[in-house]
Amino acid sequence: MSDGYALETVGLNRSFGSLHVTRDVNFRLPYGARHALIGPNGAGKSTLINLLTGILPPSSGSVKLDGADVTQVPAERRVRRGLVRTFQINTLFADLTPLESVVMAVSERDGIGFNPVRSLSGCRSAIAESAALLERLGFGADARRRTRELPYGRQRLLEIALALSLNPKVLLLDEPAAGVPTGESTEIFEVIAALPSDVAVLFIEHDMELVARFAQHVTVLVAGEIMTEGTPAEIGAHPGVREVYLGEHVHA
Amino acid sequence: MSAGIADSAYAFFAARSRWRIDEIAIWIGAAASYVLFPEHLLLGSQVLIAGLFAMSLDLLVGYTGIASLGHAAFFGLGAYTAGLLATAGWTEPVTGLLAGGAVAGVFGLLCSAIVARVRGIALLTVTLGIGLLLFEVANRWTGLTGGDDGLQGMSFSPVFGVLEFDLIGRGAFIYAFAVTLICYVLARRLVNSPFGLQLHGIRGNLRRVPALGISVSNRIRAIFAISAAFAGIAGAVLAQTTQFVALEVLSFDRSLSALIMVVLGGVGTLSGGVIGAALYLIARDRLSELSPVYWNFWLGLILFLVVLSGSGGVLGLVGKLRAAASRR
Repeated sequence: MSDGYALETVGLNRSFGSLHVTRDVNFRLPYGARHALIGPNGAGKSTLINLLTGILPPSSGSVKLDGADVTQVPAERRVRRGLVRTFQINTLFADLTPLESVVMAVSERDGIGFNPVRSLSGCRSAIAESAALLERLGFGADARRRTRELPYGRQRLLEIALALSLNPKVLLLDEPAAGVPTGESTEIFEVIAALPSDVAVLFIEHDMELVARFAQHVTVLVAGEIMTEGTPAEIGAHPGVREVYLGEHVHA
Repeated sequence: MSAGIADSAYAFFAARSRWRIDEIAIWIGAAASYVLFPEHLLLGSQVLIAGLFAMSLDLLVGYTGIASLGHAAFFGLGAYTAGLLATAGWTEPVTGLLAGGAVAGVFGLLCSAIVARVRGIALLTVTLGIGLLLFEVANRWTGLTGGDDGLQGMSFSPVFGVLEFDLIGRGAFIYAFAVTLICYVLARRLVNSPFGLQLHGIRGNLRRVPALGISVSNRIRAIFAISAAFAGIAGAVLAQTTQFVALEVLSFDRSLSALIMVVLGGVGTLSGGVIGAALYLIARDRLSELSPVYWNFWLGLILFLVVLSGSGGVLGLVGKLRAAASRR
C-alpha cells in the first residue's frame, strides 16, 4: 500500500467524435473507501467505469491503480492487479451454474485457469472456496442450477459473487441493485457493507437512501464532469445537485 | 456443515466429468464394427479419421463458439507432412503422425494471431481464406505435392514393429481406432479442465471473461492451435493408412463436411463427431449408390430436419430423451 490512493485518475478525457462523455476527470478513491458515484442518466458514469477498468481507452489522461500508472494495461491484467468490476446489466454465463462460474474465476486467480490437462474435479481447493463463498451469500442448492434458471435477484448476487471471488482490492459496482425490488437491494448492499475494510468500493447508485446508508463519500458526475464531491449529507444539501439531479430522483 | 457443502460441490464436478453411457456405447460400437463388418474396414477407418477431424473442429465450434470454414487446411497439412516424411524415407508411422500434428499445430498458432482478432462474418471469411490459400499452394506446388495427381509412392514400417498396414485394412482400422480414441481421451480431459471451463465461458459470454482476469485472445489462440494439431493428426492417419495424399485433403468440401458431421452428431459433445462421421459417410455411401444425383438432396433434407427439430444432433436428442426419462 502506498501513500496515495487505491485508484486515481488524472485529467481523464474521453470523446466519441465530437461528443465529450468524460471531461477532465480527476477522481480519487482512498484505500478502504465506501464511495458512491451518482449523476443523472447519460452523465457518463458507466463510461467512467469502462475507462477505469480498461474496457475503453481514454482520449487523454491516465489511470493509476495503487499508485502505478495502468493506462496502457489491458483490462484482464488490471483484474489480476485487484481492480474488479460488476456490470449494470447481468453479464453472466447463462449455461453454467454459479458454482462453475465462480470456479472459473477462482481457478484463474490461482493461476491454474490455463491448465488443459488438469481435471477440474481435482481442483479441490478452488471448488471448496467457491462453494463456501456461494453458501455464505445464501445460494444453497441454487449454486448447482443453471444460471439462466435462477431468479433475477440471485443473478444480481452472482454478479457480486464473481467479483468477490477474485479477492479485489478495488471493487467497482455498476448499479449493483439495478432492477431489484427494494427489500432485496438492501440485502445486496449488506453484502457489500460486510466486505473487508481494506477493500476500496466505488458504486453507482440512484437510490439516495442507499447512498446515504452505505457511502461515506459521494462524487456527482454531470455531463462527463465532476460537479462536486462530499459526504452524503453535504451532497443532499448542495443546491446545484438538487437542481440537476436530486429533483427528479428523490421521492422525498 | 461446511464440509457437506464442499462435498456436494466435489460430487457435482465429479459427475460433470464422468463417462456417460452414450459415450461408452459409441466406442464399444466402433470397436465392435471391426468384428461385425469385416468387409467394410476401409469405410470404418474413414469414419474414425473423419470423426477425429470433426472432433477437432468441435473443440472450436462447440466448445469455444468459433466457427471455421477452412479447417481442412490443418487436416491437409498433417496429411502432407506425414506423406512427405514417408516419401523422403522416414517410414516410422508414430513419429510421422506426431510430426503431422506438430506442423499443423504450429501453423494453427500462426493463423490464430489473426483468428483471435475477428468475429462473426470476418472470422468465417478469414478461416475460409486460410483453407483456400493452402489448397491453391498445394495445387500449384506440384514438385512437392504432386498437385492434382496426389502424393504417391510412400510406404510405412509397421506400427511399433508389429501392426502392419495390410491390404484388407485391418491394420489401418486398428491404428485409426487407437489414435482417435487416444485423441478423444485427451480432448475430453481438456474440455473437463479449468481451461475447458474458460472456453465454455468464452462461448457463453465474451464480455464477462476479461472481467475475470482471463485473456480471451490468448485462450482462443491456444485452442485454435490445439484444434489444428488434432486435425493434423487426423490428416496424418489418413495419409498413412491409405499411403496416398490426394489434393482433396485440403478441399473446402472436407472443411464443410466436418462441420456437417459436428452438427449431425451434436455440437459440443466431442463424441458426436464420430457419430456424425458415421452417419454422413455411411449415408453418402448408400445414398449415392442408389442415385449419385440425389445425395446432396438427402443430405440437405437431413440437415434441415436436424436444425428444425432443434434436437442438437444425435447426442443432443439422446440427452433430451434421457432428461425426459429421468423426470418421469
